Amino acid sequence: MGAINLDKITKTYAKSGSPAVDNISFDVSKGELFGLIGPDGAGKTSIFRILTTLLLSDSGTASVDGHDVVKDYEIIRKIVGYMPGRFSLYQDLTVEENLNFFATLFGGTVKDNYDLIKDIYVQIEPFKKRMAGKLSGGMKQKLALSCALIHKPSVLFLDEPTTGVDAVSRKDFWEMLNRLKNQGITIMVSTPYMDEASLCDRIALIQSGKILIIDTPDQIRKAYPDKLYVIKSVNMHQLINDLNEYPHTLSCFPFGEYLHVSFKIDEENLIPDVLKYLASKGHENPEIKLTFPTVEDYFIKLINPK
Amino acid sequence: MDEPVIKTDKLTKRFGEFIAANELTFSVFPGEIFGFLGANGAGKTTAMRMLCGLSIPSSGTASIAGFDVYKQVEKIKQNIGYMSQKFSLYEDLTVMENIKFYAGVYGLSDKEIKDSSEELIKQLGLQKETKKLVKDLPLGWRQKLSFSVALVHKPKIIFLDEPTGGVDPVTRRQFWNLIYAASAKGITVFVTTHYMDEAEYCSRVSIMVDGYIKALDTPANLKKQFSVDTIDKVFFELARNAKRTGD
Repeated sequence: MGAINLDKITKTYAKSGSPAVDNISFDVSKGELFGLIGPDGAGKTSIFRILTTLLLSDSGTASVDGHDVVKDYEIIRKIVGYMPGRFSLYQDLTVEENLNFFATLFGGTVKDNYDLIKDIYVQIEPFKKRMAGKLSGGMKQKLALSCALIHKPSVLFLDEPTTGVDAVSRKDFWEMLNRLKNQGITIMVSTPYMDEASLCDRIALIQSGKILIIDTPDQIRKAYPDKLYVIKSVNMHQLINDLNEYPHTLSCFPFGEYLHVSFKIDEENLIPDVLKYLASKGHENPEIKLTFPTVEDYFIKLINPK
Repeated sequence: MDEPVIKTDKLTKRFGEFIAANELTFSVFPGEIFGFLGANGAGKTTAMRMLCGLSIPSSGTASIAGFDVYKQVEKIKQNIGYMSQKFSLYEDLTVMENIKFYAGVYGLSDKEIKDSSEELIKQLGLQKETKKLVKDLPLGWRQKLSFSVALVHKPKIIFLDEPTGGVDPVTRRQFWNLIYAASAKGITVFVTTHYMDEAEYCSRVSIMVDGYIKALDTPANLKKQFSVDTIDKVFFELARNAKRTGD
């Protein structure tokens, strides 16, 4: 039995018509760090709310640690930790009071499981007398994680914990997640940042309520069907326009300082022909070489209609 | 070189003892795409508020589109556009109502409102959606619309505060095409983002740490200066020792 099972879960909100979660099935193993990767509106939050027993699905079944999300909701609420996307602690309680409150709710004390949160909590402990509402974004995030962990959940649900967080704090946060994972906690985490996908054991790419693919980040990168090139020249904006007009271009998207480009054909003289074409458009000595696709490349491939 | 459209000299904002933005000195030129990066709490929002005429500096000087940040804040507001992912359009108004509302707020005449809204709808290919409520539009379209609405009064500068948060990777890149197009028309784009790959698309990038601008150059020069191959690594080098972690 996995830590999380979903079987044909569908959820439609009355008015909008198209389902927010559309016949989704997947399993997460015990101790796995599983990522739901997709943009706003993909259905990530609905899945979290169904699994944490806060929302009923229209059809399908789901379980957490073997307990049914409908029948056994009371058990599930005791064994999961949930950090919603919106800050949901008591703003007018202090840091310390929030933590004590959540520990007491689950019938324990902060001391019982202090080991689990120690690494995270020491960073906000100097501010323990401060109202939670007065904390900075990064500190709120650490307090929310501490509160979600204080009853030692067996499964931890984190809905976009790093959205709007700067690149350095995001790295720190993922290191914390890996330490928790090493203590045997199953973690399901969602993010709109594709670069965080590679830090999960397995990921589901999700868009418009449907799962596009589920696999390890490495397998997903290997499954990319086309040869992928990076191309760069002095005038990048012009380069995008020119490559989009080149008849053999299959897809062309900026990735940092390079463009990632794939072509419809794979012939020996392809690259010389590309270079000749770019020279005719006035690009001097463009750089072109093969590259290994990222998870984001695959996501683009899956959602780009071309 | 052209006259700068944003020019600051030792621009500073204090809140009591706390110096949120410390002696910021920089210039941005017409048509530039200027990436304004920094860790949470570094002082970006405070700096942006001063540049938009929403917060009076404690000391230093700044001129925005030729207007003084102390004495001509209303002039500044008329000559800039602003868009943020968190707030830009009224969800309970239709596409057309939003355009007309913003054009009206910026004091365009009835004829100008009519012409510019028609032009904008055509540009975005939203002819069939003009009577739809904004909340019923897909996020990607909403974003393109709010970007265009922020340009409806033909400002010299547009400020974009994390414009691409939460959108899918294709929409995010299409959004940058709009940015490039605006820049090609001579509009200055001042943009904040947490996506480090987007920093590479900027003409120049500044990185704020603990209230100071710690680095400012083209992405290529910054990478050279720090001997690394991505802006992500430059950012990490500068921001990992930040003392502030606020917002």
